[in-house]
Amino acid sequence: MTSEAQVIAATDAELGLTPSTKPRSMFSRAWEVFAENKLALAGIGFIVFILLFCFVGPHIYVTNQVNTNLIDTLCTPSGSHLLGCDDLGYDELGRLMVGGQTSLEVGLAAAVVSVLFGTVYGAISGFAGGFVDALMMRVVDAGLSLPSLMVIMILSVIFHPTPNVIIFIIAVFYWFGVARLVRGETLSLRNREYVQAVKVIGGRPLRSVLRHIVPNAIGTIIVQGTFAVADAILTLSILGFLTLGVAPPNTDWGSMLSSALNYIQGGNYWWLIYPPGVLIILTCISFNFIGDALRDAFETRLQRR
Amino acid sequence: MIGFLIRRVGQAIIVLFIVTVATLGMVHLFPGGPVRALLGERATPFLINYYNHLYGFNQPFYVQYLKWVDQMLHGNLGFSDKLNLSVSTLIAQDLPKTIVLVLLGTVVSLLFGIPLGVYQAVHRNSFADYVLTGVSFLGYSTPVFFLGIVLVDWFSVDIHLFPPFAPQSSSVLAILGQPRALVLPVVTYAFLLYALWSRYMRSSVLDNLVQDYVRTARAKGASERRVVWGHVFRNSLVSIVTLLGLSIPTMVTGAILIEVVFNYPGMGLAFYQAALNNDFNVLLSFTVLVTTATIVGNLIADFGYGMLDPRVRF
Repeated sequence: MTSEAQVIAATDAELGLTPSTKPRSMFSRAWEVFAENKLALAGIGFIVFILLFCFVGPHIYVTNQVNTNLIDTLCTPSGSHLLGCDDLGYDELGRLMVGGQTSLEVGLAAAVVSVLFGTVYGAISGFAGGFVDALMMRVVDAGLSLPSLMVIMILSVIFHPTPNVIIFIIAVFYWFGVARLVRGETLSLRNREYVQAVKVIGGRPLRSVLRHIVPNAIGTIIVQGTFAVADAILTLSILGFLTLGVAPPNTDWGSMLSSALNYIQGGNYWWLIYPPGVLIILTCISFNFIGDALRDAFETRLQRR
Repeated sequence: MIGFLIRRVGQAIIVLFIVTVATLGMVHLFPGGPVRALLGERATPFLINYYNHLYGFNQPFYVQYLKWVDQMLHGNLGFSDKLNLSVSTLIAQDLPKTIVLVLLGTVVSLLFGIPLGVYQAVHRNSFADYVLTGVSFLGYSTPVFFLGIVLVDWFSVDIHLFPPFAPQSSSVLAILGQPRALVLPVVTYAFLLYALWSRYMRSSVLDNLVQDYVRTARAKGASERRVVWGHVFRNSLVSIVTLLGLSIPTMVTGAILIEVVFNYPGMGLAFYQAALNNDFNVLLSFTVLVTTATIVGNLIADFGYGMLDPRVRF
């Protein structure tokens, strides 16, 4: 197709002479920018790899992750145990897969929960305005000034959490930031003509929020969600390291590092220390790369860094 | 300015109220109540009653709250039954040590983060910029305790250069007297914060480089060095001051983890041990103290911004 033909087609569509083709969505434009970012593509590649590793891996590399095996305690990497064994005789490579399942599940779920709740809260607050907005935002201010790690530690001590409970304990502290950002977007969107029009033709406020404001803030929301995954995985690993995370026989990468710490002085047990730490770093850095590229793609200006 | 100040302080007080109510309420989430958690599974009903009475937990929540706030305002932060110390004494012992760690770490990270951030912005998209960006992404994505473990493995276990634990002493002077033992904790801490400053400085300088005053400075013949360090740098520094005020939660998180990894006897380690021991008075007061510090830090950041940058009018 020549460039001339493109120009004519566009004009016809604008005049309504030809049936207009579907306008390019925000997502296809975003994808073009996103695909130029090599680091982000590498990040997506690694996330796919790590998902396969954790969820398909255990079916290929079958290990016993339920019963301890004291004969194989701390065995060195060999043909039967590719990455050796930990202090309870669990196969380390298999342990990484099982631990990774917890880390990824909790990270993704906590991000989804906090972003969903924060979006609804922020949109309502911004749309309501006035006194309700002021009150709702003071709650967000309060949440943001709480030292999240300290409170998460206290909550973990209180609830002795299972992975499902940890999701909510972490999510409780991530929705505040999302709520504040979405509220900011809502404030600028609520006075646009199309939102005013909904009001004029008698649409209920809920409709404006869900059908008009949230979709327009979706860029901000997705970017924030991506960073939230990385943060949630880090927080879970911190809890695991402090032995306040998931209870055995469940494990996660942070808990694995915590038990490895006991063997750091005793000899060269590198397979206990480096693999879980490196997996945490690579997973988080991948989500951060993706989030960074998404921010450029959606052209949202966030204050995060 | 005065109006803004009053409104902002008013907001801060409301926020402080919400936070304290939530924190005190959280303590009641302990299964069987905080006293049961403190005394353990085998505590007799008599003992539990006695302690509930002692702490006023048999009274309505609002009475508990008012008494608690009243006591705190009079400087009584409660009593740690596990350590047999008043919380104020505990803080007097541990806070200076934590401040030493936080200050040293912050200063070291600023010394590296600010100049390197400026360098990255001036030489943007160069090879060095990419490498340094990679380093700061690493800083964001590395669990700080893992970095601590790795440094101990390299520098203490492998080559015996630094001790694997922080100085063990109850006095600040004695801690400062063992600089070798301080190196690893401070470096770990500084790396955590370095990513924050350098990344922020880079984008701030980039924003400033396209401003009109930069063009004016160049037009009147100022050297590139003068443009960057005399004009852009000074303007970018304003936002770092703000960021310092907003970073207290990050600093606290770092302090807790580093104190646990290196067994540094500060407030973070005390808080961790209190959490393991259900020592709720320590948990409560430390949380409220850090929150207050955060809120005050945010206020200072707001006002500092207005004072340092005359263009900002409230």
